[in-house]
Amino acid sequence: MALAKRIIPCLDVDQGRVVKGVNFVGIRDAGDPVEVAKRYDEQGADEITFLDITATHEARGTTVKMVEAIAEHVFIPLTVGGGIREVEDIRRMLNAGADKVSINSAAVFNPDFVREASEKFGAQCIVVAIDAKRVSGSGELGDTDNKWEIFTHGGRKPTGIDAVEWAIKMADYGAGEILLTSMDRDGVKTGFDLGVTRAISDAVNIPVIASGGVGNLEHLAEGVTLGHADAVLAASIFHFGEYTVQEAKQHMADAGIEMRLD
Amino acid sequence: MSKVISKTCAVIDYGMGNLHSAHGALQKVAPDSNILVTSDPAQILAADHVVLPGVGAIRDCMSEIQRQEIDQVVAEVAKTKPLLGICVGLQAMMTRSEENGGIDCMNMFSGQVQYFGDNLLGDALKDGTSERLKVPHMGWNKVEQIAHPLWQDIKDQSRFYFVHSYFVEASDQSQVKGLGHYGKPFAAAMGQDNVFAVQFHPEKSHTNGLQLLQNFLSWDGQA
Repeated sequence: MALAKRIIPCLDVDQGRVVKGVNFVGIRDAGDPVEVAKRYDEQGADEITFLDITATHEARGTTVKMVEAIAEHVFIPLTVGGGIREVEDIRRMLNAGADKVSINSAAVFNPDFVREASEKFGAQCIVVAIDAKRVSGSGELGDTDNKWEIFTHGGRKPTGIDAVEWAIKMADYGAGEILLTSMDRDGVKTGFDLGVTRAISDAVNIPVIASGGVGNLEHLAEGVTLGHADAVLAASIFHFGEYTVQEAKQHMADAGIEMRLD
Repeated sequence: MSKVISKTCAVIDYGMGNLHSAHGALQKVAPDSNILVTSDPAQILAADHVVLPGVGAIRDCMSEIQRQEIDQVVAEVAKTKPLLGICVGLQAMMTRSEENGGIDCMNMFSGQVQYFGDNLLGDALKDGTSERLKVPHMGWNKVEQIAHPLWQDIKDQSRFYFVHSYFVEASDQSQVKGLGHYGKPFAAAMGQDNVFAVQFHPEKSHTNGLQLLQNFLSWDGQA
């Protein structure tokens, strides 16, 4: 099995600037997405994901410029998520140099948007982001009472939609990949919700990226070995220089996981 | 390190997807060359090197290629100058694809383009089971090189970034210049005379990909 599992650093951007602190030694401007992206690229990141948290639609022009600037310097795949609501939003990001876009709440409000986007641009560039929260069971791996639901608005609004069924539906609608975030674990640093990661990864035939909860390198490895994820996404453990992407990849390789180390 | 000889390289724009990355990567390895993104046959035919990219479904790609008569331009280019196909650009150069119910392609290489399948299994794991492989084949995979100038200064078994659900099954093994493996072997690179084509995305494959692009712009088309 030669296909490598992927490590994807994730950055929040607001009006074309990196927010939520990035702290690298020797970086001049930690808010400059080009500098940050270059740094992760040098460390061996397999892809980079940007989450656009720009509040207004008008201000998103700056995000487009940011993607253009990054695409000129960084030659690994780039994903942009946040605020992708219409076909035109996708077209703008892809034309700017993004390789994939991540669709979140727009998919919940209008699932046909995913179908339309996939038919128009190809499944390879359509990532569906799923924010899941556990609503029953212990959360332990193997507990058959475990159930997770889709939440919107940053985890505040329940939708009543079962997360596993939703993932299957999104794959069926033409998603090329799923970015799965556990809202219970996001920011908690106790590791991925391995139960929901495995349940969804085993239920669909498309790659699944695990997100939410990484506090150390072993968490990344568990996402793959126990959660069956195809890729792992993390933000803060890389931003504050706790670990480099390279260290993370080496740790995963030492755990017997196929990684890109050259 | 190979030296860029291309003064002008045309990236063919037939309306299928973003060419920003391909343009940027070529410009990066050849800052002094003129890298054009164009659909103008005159510009394409005047260039020293030509790139045929492609993303999305083969039916849409082939119908645009035919509607804009890009197939004729590509056939002309293939007679005289170095030509590089990327991803669906490679698939469009094959005989036929089974995607979208079966689509005839440009037949520059002989062979079929086939679906990976829904229940693809990988090599046996330690516990004796095997890993179920996802489709699309997405991420960094190894390529076993078969001697060609475009592999210069790239280590054999280096990884490149792939994203595809259909793969090339070559009929003429002498045209296979790189082998990938994902549940089954597939052609990761094809080559014949002055035409070379890859299934992966060199423009997204970091150092190895940039080296391959530089090798292409330094290539005189002689195998």
